[in-house]
Amino acid sequence: MTELDEIDRKLLRALAQDATQSAGALGRRFGLSQPATWRRIRRLEEAGVIKGRRLRLNAEALGFGVTVFLGVKLARKGRVSLEDFERAVSAIPEVQTVEHVLGLYDYRLRVVARDLADFERVLRRRIMTLPGAGEVEANVLLSEERLPGPIG
Amino acid sequence: MLDDIDRRILRHYQADPSLSATELAERCRITSGVCWRRIEKMQAAGIIQGQEAVIDWAALGFAVEVSLRVTLDKTQPRAFDDFIGAARKVPEVIEIQTFLGRVDVRLSVIARDMAHYQQLYRDRILTLPHIADIEALMHIARLKRDEVLPV
Repeated sequence: MTELDEIDRKLLRALAQDATQSAGALGRRFGLSQPATWRRIRRLEEAGVIKGRRLRLNAEALGFGVTVFLGVKLARKGRVSLEDFERAVSAIPEVQTVEHVLGLYDYRLRVVARDLADFERVLRRRIMTLPGAGEVEANVLLSEERLPGPIG
Repeated sequence: MLDDIDRRILRHYQADPSLSATELAERCRITSGVCWRRIEKMQAAGIIQGQEAVIDWAALGFAVEVSLRVTLDKTQPRAFDDFIGAARKVPEVIEIQTFLGRVDVRLSVIARDMAHYQQLYRDRILTLPHIADIEALMHIARLKRDEVLPV
């Protein structure tokens, strides 16, 4: 586990908002030299605290008007291998995230579609036909906000 | 509207946002000048909104992640605003989503361990206003998480 100091937390918070900021600019903001800032960012990356970068795209402007979260229960547990289901569901381009969960459902999927008709097509043709897929619950995303989390 | 070149750029750029414009141009088989202009145009149009670092909370010692699906008491006119306003003040809440469906609001909550989660759940979550019902899904694994748009 990586311990962070105050400056690490500030850097992490700044990079989670905008990862394109240069080490020089961040250093000036937090009172560090450019090389010192660069070393700290490097350390956060090497420790796996910064797992990577994500491009923030405007889904709606790209024609993806609907995001739906699906709770999926596997039908015949034990008889279908989880790997088969996981491999098949991860290969669907419209499925953005696949989470294995414990509780009311077995998997939680984030699905994008052009509109509700397009979503219905994905659901019927691609998701309901997956090996082992059972009961499905759909919730249409209305709003979403990501928060900085417990880093000061 | 976007053409094939724009889409090709977005596909490669989403797959690896740390690529430089030159590397990106190479993968898209276009010149770096064209690549730059296209990216600038998509940024100006608000299609490319930015880039964010993805934090691995487990690497920071937050081993537990729980998805809390909340149904609110909708007889309270300010149920959504009050609930979301209060949830934002809990540092361990890293995501708030609202839905149309059986679930009204979903919170992603992280904790150091189960004891920490239990304490958070009792002291900070159950005390949030206007909760009618709450269900928890415990995360076991994330199998796909790139959130790539199939452009």
